[in-house]
Amino acid sequence: MVPLSYYLLLSGFLFACGVAGFLIKRNIITIFMSIELMLNGVNLSFVAFAAHWHALAGQVFVFFVMVVAAAEAAVGLAIIIAVYRTRETLNVDQVNLLKL
Amino acid sequence: MLSVHLILFLAFGAVCVAGAINLLAQTHPINSALSLIAVMAALAGEYLLLGAEFVAAVQVIVYAGAIMVLFVFVVMLLNAGVEEHTQGSRVAVLFGIPGLLLGSILLGWVVLRHSGTEPVAAGALPGDPRTIAQMLFHEFLLPFEITSVLILIAIMGAVVLASKPPSAPARKVE
Repeated sequence: MVPLSYYLLLSGFLFACGVAGFLIKRNIITIFMSIELMLNGVNLSFVAFAAHWHALAGQVFVFFVMVVAAAEAAVGLAIIIAVYRTRETLNVDQVNLLKL
Repeated sequence: MLSVHLILFLAFGAVCVAGAINLLAQTHPINSALSLIAVMAALAGEYLLLGAEFVAAVQVIVYAGAIMVLFVFVVMLLNAGVEEHTQGSRVAVLFGIPGLLLGSILLGWVVLRHSGTEPVAAGALPGDPRTIAQMLFHEFLLPFEITSVLILIAIMGAVVLASKPPSAPARKVE
């Protein structure tokens, strides 16, 4: 038997790693992966709470989070490709203007 | 005494933590992507421990499969190299590290003290596809349909964004 708080601590750690990666990473693809890590941390706490409260809705919510993550990944990676096509760089420090 | 459940939780959790730290430590995006895949696979194990077997399967298929393949594909398509480090700001180091420590101590204290430490039993909840589908298609029917519209918009947006702009000169065919 594992206490709920262990799952919450793991979930919080994953979310914190995602936030840290989002802030300190300079490669736009790695920043995107950090966002996925944050979503995974949230999913873990959803499933843990679903098991704790015996509410299946938590598991259904995970599917919605996954769908949003998939849509976000598709659009975001398309944006990354468009940015790379115009700037020839993946470094976010060099992508600091809206227009060319 | 350590139960099997706790040992499995700790093993999968250790893989999660190691993968997340490795994602931050690596400088090449492909290494970060592979460690993120390890994190997602270990999370699927955690979901299995929580009795959410369908969520675990979907986690492996959709997250570790489809989404991460998309990431790896883009990394290789754009030939992303080692990331260049830029000078971080001093204020971030000065306030960030104490803030991080304070925040994690506070969060750990609150979670351990106030969230209740009742154990989560393995398989306490029916997470099989049948019950999930009944919930998804009865109580969550409207969000489900709206999500399908969202996916459609995302597909069209991705196609529009990733296609060549019309003003760009067409590539010569050899």
